[in-house]
Order: sequence, then structure tokens, then C-alpha cells
Amino acid sequence: MHELSICESLLREVHAIFVKHGAVGIERVRVEVGLLSGVEPALLDRAFDVARAGSCAADAILSIDVIPVVVRCAICQMESQTPPNRLLCAGCHSHRVRVISGHELLLRQVELRLPHPSIAAAY
Amino acid sequence: MCTVCGCVKPVLGSGPEASDGDRTTAVVDVFQDLLASNDLVARHNRMHFDEHNVLAINLTSSPGAGKTALLEATILALRGQYRIAVIEGDLETDNDAARIRAHGVRAVQITTGTACHLDAHLVHRALHELPLAGLDLLFIENVGNLVCPASFDLGQHRNVTLLSVTEGDDKPAKYPVIFRAADLVVLSKTDLLEVMDDFAPERALAALRQLGRETPMVHTASRRAPTIGPWLAWLEQQLASRRPVLPDFALARFDPATA
Repeated sequence: MHELSICESLLREVHAIFVKHGAVGIERVRVEVGLLSGVEPALLDRAFDVARAGSCAADAILSIDVIPVVVRCAICQMESQTPPNRLLCAGCHSHRVRVISGHELLLRQVELRLPHPSIAAAY
Repeated sequence: MCTVCGCVKPVLGSGPEASDGDRTTAVVDVFQDLLASNDLVARHNRMHFDEHNVLAINLTSSPGAGKTALLEATILALRGQYRIAVIEGDLETDNDAARIRAHGVRAVQITTGTACHLDAHLVHRALHELPLAGLDLLFIENVGNLVCPASFDLGQHRNVTLLSVTEGDDKPAKYPVIFRAADLVVLSKTDLLEVMDDFAPERALAALRQLGRETPMVHTASRRAPTIGPWLAWLEQQLASRRPVLPDFALARFDPATA
């Protein structure tokens, strides 16, 4: 269950953004998870439910964009989407391919709740 | 806030903030690798290894595939030729470190508790107990697990994944991320092949070949009369090219072809 460690590091990044922008809450956290990242999106989602408790993102929604595996063939240059355990060119079936997406494990977006302008202005 | 390139780009409506009655929200676009802090420490570890000209090898496999037995046979075979040390990762006990120490080799045990993998921070802490000066080879025996260790760079130069013939020969297809990260796959316990009639090495190799890399596979048997020649030959090759061009060993998230 390394998804929990991943969530801890996710929440550290989110907290830094929360502090930097003087936010009062987090509405949504958006991440990209590639199918070759070694992280299981469904487990990440469940781990986030556990990890977020007591954090600045305690009531935040986690949106996970699952990124498919795309390879480019070194022989025929074709780009094709493949399953993670069958990285073969869909055109010429060569295994001499380069993975061009599918390794992503990224924090992409944080939706912050800010103090109301009238409250913020009072300070 | 991106600690890599510092890009913070608030967007929404005409500016960073949008107000909707009582709610004011801001959307911050980020491009932050979630393993950045681990990878930073991993690079630091690798600098330590390179400074001391130590080749660091990360050994992964499922539990019981024979990582420690392979290390014991390797230590015996290379005695007097190379100075070796071992970092052992286990959830509990220092049994494996004790097995290594019994051969007169320095071993540091990391017990991870409930954590299913080693990370760069844990290895860095272990390095404080392990003088690298005078070493040639450092083996990091990861926690027995074919899933979690695949995502964490430790600072190693090479990844070696064991597959024992008492497991299924379709393991590379079931655990593509870790087998794709391997620079070498060791087919272990091959002395049992004659009784394991449902394991076909060629099927294991075929599954490995479908992962888009030309990862070599060697056969070993570490117990009784050890036959580990091809593994030792591979090790010698890596030691000979010890100053590796940066980490072209594969990380799970790292495509060697783009290096």
C-alpha cells in the first residue's frame, strides 16, 4: 500500500500551496496517474480518504486523471495506445518502442477556498 | 507551487480569484512530481555512491524468491575480489542481515514496520551507519514485494529483479512496472525446474519481451551446489563500466529510451 506514502507527499505539496495563497480550505485536488506509474488509481483514491483526515484538505475531492500508456515505435514510428504489460507497436508488433506517456505521477491542480474579499480586506 | 521550476499559475475567470457570493476560490495549476522529494534524496544517495566509486544494486522480488540466498552465494564467490556491503530491507526482524554478517560482510538492517518498500530517505539513513570508503559493491535488498518498490528510486545504479521458478512464469505480465524497471532478471532456483513442470523459462522470457525492453535474463541456483556463473559475469560487466552514464537504469516512471 505505497499509495499512502504517495498521498502523504501529495498532501505536503498541497499544504505548501494552501499556505502560500493564504487559503482557508481546499475544494479539489487534481492529479495525473499513468498506468505505468506503479500507482493504482482506485487505491490512491481510498488512501487519500485516510490521509486527508486532519489536513488542510480534509474535505477536498481528489480527481484522478488516468493517463494511458502510449508508445512510439522505433521501427515504423507509429504511436499506439497499449496495455501496461504488452508494450508492442500496434502497427508492426515490434517491441522496440519508446513509452511517451503512462509514467505520470503528478499533482496538476489545486482548487483553493480563499477568505471572502470583505474579510480579507479587513486585515 | 512547483519546487522544480517554480511555476505557479493561478487561473479562473479573469484573474486568480473568482467570487461567487460567499465563496471565493482560486485554481492553481501545478506540475509537481509526487515523488520529487524521494527522487531528490535518491540523487543525493547516488552522489555518495559515485563519490566512493561504489556500484549500488537494488534487488527486488516477491518474498521468498531467493534474494538473500543469491547474495550469500555471491559473497562466497567474490570473496577476496570485491569488497561488498548489504543494506537489508524487511518489515520485521534482522534475520537476513544476520545471514549476511555470518559471512563476514557488513550489513545494515532497515526494518520498515508496515511500509511495503524502501525509499530513498530510509536508504540515506542506513548510509549513515555504513562507511562507503573502500567498498566496491553495495547490494540493497528491497522488501519482498513486486509492486510498491517499483515506484521508489533509492539512488541505485542498477535494478535486478528475481523471478523464482516456484512462482508463475507469467509474473512479468502480472507485474509489468517492476519487471520493466529491471536491468537484469534473474531466474532463480533453476535446480528445481525438473520438478516444476508448470514453469517454462521461455514463457517467462516471452512475457518479459513484451514489456518493450531488451532486458537480459540469467539462470541461477544458489543453494546446495550454487551455479551463478552468468549472474557473476553480468556483475563483472557492470563493475567494469562502473562509472555509469547517469541513471539509465530504469525506474518505474522512467523511460530508459528517453535518457
